[in-house]
Amino acid sequence: MLNELGHFALILAFAVATVQATVPLIGAHKGWAGWMAVGEPAATAHFLLIAFSFGALTWAFVTSDFSLQLVFANSHTDKPMLYKISGVWGNHEGSMLLWVLILALFGATAAWFGAALPPRLRARVLSVQAMIGVAFLGFIIFTSNPFLRIESPPFNGQDLNPLLQDPGLAFHPPFLYLGYVGLSMAFSFAVAALIEGRVDAAWARWVRPWTLAAWMFLTVGIALGSWWAYYELGWGGFWFWDPVENASFMPWLLAAALLHSAIVVEKREALKSWTILLAILAFGFSLIGTFIVRSGVITSVHSFASDPQRGIFILAILALFVGGALTLFAARAGAMQARGAFGIVSRESALVLNNILLGVAALVVFVGTIWPLIAELFWARKLSVGAPFFESAFTPFMLALAVALPIGAVMPWKRASFARALRPLWPAALLALAVVALVWAVGTNRSTVALVGAGLGSWLVFGALSELWLRAAHTPARLARLPRADWGKAFAHGGLGITFIGIGLLTAWQSEDIRVAQIGEPFTVSGYEITLDGVERVQGPNYTSSTGTMTVRQGGKLVATLHPEKRVYPVQAMPTTEAAIDNGIWRDVYLVVGDPQDGGGWAVRTYIKPFANWIWAGSILMALGGLLSLSDRRYRVAAGARKAAPRLQATPAE
Amino acid sequence: MLKPLILVLALLAGPAFSVQPDEVLADPVLEARAREISKVLRCPVCQGENIDDSNAAVSRDLRLVVRERLVAGDADWQVLDYIVARYGEYVLFEPEAKGVNLILYLTGPVALLLAMGGAAVFLRRRRQANAVPAERLSADESRRLEEILRE
Repeated sequence: MLNELGHFALILAFAVATVQATVPLIGAHKGWAGWMAVGEPAATAHFLLIAFSFGALTWAFVTSDFSLQLVFANSHTDKPMLYKISGVWGNHEGSMLLWVLILALFGATAAWFGAALPPRLRARVLSVQAMIGVAFLGFIIFTSNPFLRIESPPFNGQDLNPLLQDPGLAFHPPFLYLGYVGLSMAFSFAVAALIEGRVDAAWARWVRPWTLAAWMFLTVGIALGSWWAYYELGWGGFWFWDPVENASFMPWLLAAALLHSAIVVEKREALKSWTILLAILAFGFSLIGTFIVRSGVITSVHSFASDPQRGIFILAILALFVGGALTLFAARAGAMQARGAFGIVSRESALVLNNILLGVAALVVFVGTIWPLIAELFWARKLSVGAPFFESAFTPFMLALAVALPIGAVMPWKRASFARALRPLWPAALLALAVVALVWAVGTNRSTVALVGAGLGSWLVFGALSELWLRAAHTPARLARLPRADWGKAFAHGGLGITFIGIGLLTAWQSEDIRVAQIGEPFTVSGYEITLDGVERVQGPNYTSSTGTMTVRQGGKLVATLHPEKRVYPVQAMPTTEAAIDNGIWRDVYLVVGDPQDGGGWAVRTYIKPFANWIWAGSILMALGGLLSLSDRRYRVAAGARKAAPRLQATPAE
Repeated sequence: MLKPLILVLALLAGPAFSVQPDEVLADPVLEARAREISKVLRCPVCQGENIDDSNAAVSRDLRLVVRERLVAGDADWQVLDYIVARYGEYVLFEPEAKGVNLILYLTGPVALLLAMGGAAVFLRRRRQANAVPAERLSADESRRLEEILRE
């Protein structure tokens, strides 16, 4: 019964979204206040209906209701509760439902907290947001209904893919969707502004928090995915340049660019049409990502026809929204007049450079991702584009970005001089050079990757610190009183630096050892003495495992006792490796146990991974920086403008 | 989002191992070269793995071929040519930078040049622009401003 109600609520949501997509838009055009006001309750109802539907599906998973096709195909009674719940979005239909839930949630927040927005703009934003909702609700109802029943329900389900039964991956998709879908707000604001024909500082102030939130969630989502790959896939890679990863990385790059160009609109009323274009493209790339991943076009060229109906539906949505928005842009962009004048050397120009580098980098990733498809379509060539291409084609842009970032960040608006901007950064530059010298001295293999990664990374970190010091006018007491946006900026830029250091040193210095280890016989890897003490069979809740016990010693002292596992999940008949990792600030010891060998002993892989955790620590800092900026007073003031209106506050100059 | 991901991962993570202990060459220099070459070669039957990380039987064969050729004294490029001649360019993760593939390689630099050129024109215009005076509020907006101030 509940399942049917869930299905029914979904159809009702589709109807409500249709109303929300049209009535306020007409109202805004004709200037009818009553029609415009429909947007607000409709957005709330739209959200509540989808939330009910999502709740019904979750309940079906929690109670293992195998009369639902989806639950049968993705769940099992023995599965731990966390994975029963994460199983809701561990499949195509359920994850689409989560997609529209988040879409409706973002629309509803614009209705709930957008009281200070000009009513016309708000009506249009809600309408555009609901149009996206209509499209995707239609997609779910007509091609991917999660509430399909089975006539005679089986006794038990087929279980979720064991690789996905992991805490890191349980929360990875919701964060990614919050990011992808968060960019829909920037898109809706951009389209609303185009219809309106004006973009001003107030508009940018409204778009920025949503973009910031989307970027922050994407950062967390991508970091979770990469961390999961690191410890789960069994060889400690953290980024593979797989099309699926690229699909989330392109919106992240564009969101980062949008974030920065919106600052120029907000502070200086320039780059308006460019910012609108970026907002359209950023969400467009989210849709492209959805298309790439769900149609199976690129992951495997051979499975192009595996589900053409879904792929074509998403392609149509993509063409409609991006095409429509770009047409509108072409017609209206001329109306966006820039106001502020500024010199060639200025903060504005530095942010333009940031946008160019991030934008072109995203383009390179895009072309690399779709090149195999294009080559096959036009020249009938089957070829591959993988990590080696991306590493050499993409990295230069990031290096240039890192060189320029600290300088651009301290440059004043309007007109600046290089010499003056560099003055407060000399200590940071010297410290970064000292780090390079240290890496040179410590490193065993004189690797350029290590020198460049650590040097640029510390340049970013020390640059961010110098900037804080500069803003506080060299007075420690003022540091605490700096606006949170300043701290957010320092955290985000410093976090990027930490990630740079992590990637550089890990890539250059990691060591690996593959061997047959006899039980009780120690072997040495990079100064660590490792012993396989034994392997036992262990029965887990829904798997059986061969669990090794291994000790790691350094200079005779015990460092860690680790338990790498090899698991077999009988329902899906699938083995997985569970690496055992001793995490550390300076290095991870990463152990994997494999198959027993014919001549006795076990195949064992040992990796020493220096600075691995810096990659994710940096990502967390970046996300934290986003959160700090988001909590800055000027956004709280903007959101609560009604209440705060009598005591007008000057916004802190950045 | 997840469905193909599951597929990819199912193939990615297969049983335990990629490079097996018995494959490793005794000469560490040759072995290091073999590993570098392996990173550029794609497993022909998997979703997107290089032969070093893959567990498929054909990847093991390829790894052994790479090592055989190296032991026989081939240079790195000769090993790659040998394998591409037999398995096609599909197995190269970094397509050769010639013919139409040049589009792939030149997109980044050309886009950068175009963007820099566009930005230079834009910046020059911005520098000369006189600040446009602020727009006046429309009747609608003035009414709303009064409303807000009254509250």
